[in-house]
Amino acid sequence: MILPRLPARPEDLVRNRINRAPSPAFSIGLPLVSIMLASMVTFSPVVASAPVLPPFAFMMLLAWRMLRPSLLPVWIGLPLGAFDDLFSGQPFGSGIVLWSATMLAMEAIDGRFLWRGFVQDWLAGSALMAAYLFLSATFAGFATGYPLPLTIGPQLLLSVVLFPLVTRLVSLLDRVRLLPLRKV
Amino acid sequence: MVMARSQDRRPGFSRRAQYGIFTGYVVAIAGVVAGLALLVVSLVNPGAFSFARATAAEVARPMGQAGAQTRVAGQSVFSVIAGYLNSGRQNALLNREVAVARANAITMRAVQDENLRLKALLGIRDPAIMPVATTRLIGSTSASARRFAVLNSGSSQGVRQGQPVRSATGLIGRVVETSPNTARVLLVTDPDNVVPVRRAGDGLAAFVQGGSNGRIEIRLINSGTNPIHKGDVFVTSGSGGIYPPNIPVAVATAPHHDGAEGHLASDPADADFVVVMPVFQATAVSALDASQKAAPPAPEDETP
Repeated sequence: MILPRLPARPEDLVRNRINRAPSPAFSIGLPLVSIMLASMVTFSPVVASAPVLPPFAFMMLLAWRMLRPSLLPVWIGLPLGAFDDLFSGQPFGSGIVLWSATMLAMEAIDGRFLWRGFVQDWLAGSALMAAYLFLSATFAGFATGYPLPLTIGPQLLLSVVLFPLVTRLVSLLDRVRLLPLRKV
Repeated sequence: MVMARSQDRRPGFSRRAQYGIFTGYVVAIAGVVAGLALLVVSLVNPGAFSFARATAAEVARPMGQAGAQTRVAGQSVFSVIAGYLNSGRQNALLNREVAVARANAITMRAVQDENLRLKALLGIRDPAIMPVATTRLIGSTSASARRFAVLNSGSSQGVRQGQPVRSATGLIGRVVETSPNTARVLLVTDPDNVVPVRRAGDGLAAFVQGGSNGRIEIRLINSGTNPIHKGDVFVTSGSGGIYPPNIPVAVATAPHHDGAEGHLASDPADADFVVVMPVFQATAVSALDASQKAAPPAPEDETP
């Protein structure tokens, strides 16, 4: 097991659970902070000469959106995408467009399909990640004035493989998020 | 596990909830439109949002510093373990190499002396190049197709836009944006970075352009027959005025009809410390810029 097993209910994790509730700032802030920290993965020990890391911040956004459809408002792509643009190296605006469009696309997917499951979420996530990586590379190609070759292949493969792991991490964070820490 | 989709987006009869959802959609669509506008602005003028990126880099700097130290520590752990495993074989090999290198060094000193005397005869004086800063790479755009890295020194250490950056083994790139304590480096592997080079053996002129996938493209200036062989080393030529001459850039790996594919002489991932150098011929660079701005647009080919 890569991630530790936690009890299914967040309230089983804490000793005092009578008169306690999740703290609102923490339960809304943790998803946002986790996505923003994932945007800052560029400040990581890996100094790469090729795009090798999957877009973790985008994957976190998708995972949170799939796990808790009503947690992130539909307009959240605008601020979070702008924050990601500051670190990603993409021309500023590319994240804003793609993340906003992703939130709208997820609304459409939710409206279209009556049932959801692991495989369907994985497929939807893979399709969105493929579109995201391809369009990002296209925007970067505009910026350099040089058609970028298909460098996204290995990156996309890695993203698709790692996506269930990211959803798993997000569900772990979700239990932390709902810890009853505040006295009512 | 298959489950029904969540129902909590349905507002019911509450006007307030209905308006809230409607506003959300409006803002999201406005986000797409605003993003497209910003994208166009930053494509036309790449430096437009550099102030925001610089601020962000300053904020994230402590994180990058910690990361850079971990990277160095992690590498040294592996190299220590590997060192124990091959120490005997490596010792014999190194002894042999040192003997050869010692002989080479003596020859080199003689050549250097001769070079100095000849230069004195011709009256050429090379200015000594003092590094601007010696610093660490604390981040890179490892998920984007653009290749940037972030330096742990900025304008308060004297780092300026356009300055070349090298490691002990070769060229890394050049500075494109600075903030007080960080600087953004355009790596050699970015397609936007074109470096004039020559072959180390005979001075065959070419230029190197990044392919964004970690490989680089070596293109010859005089096309025709391709004299590049596998293993040829290319160093900066100094033309253009930005990069000082004789910094290793690339090694050719796969020659093709009008050039070769190559790999970098210096992988930024291995570079512990990097050196920021002053612009080689600042007057030449500014003169070139001025002439490009003053020149009329290039004549268009008349195609029948």
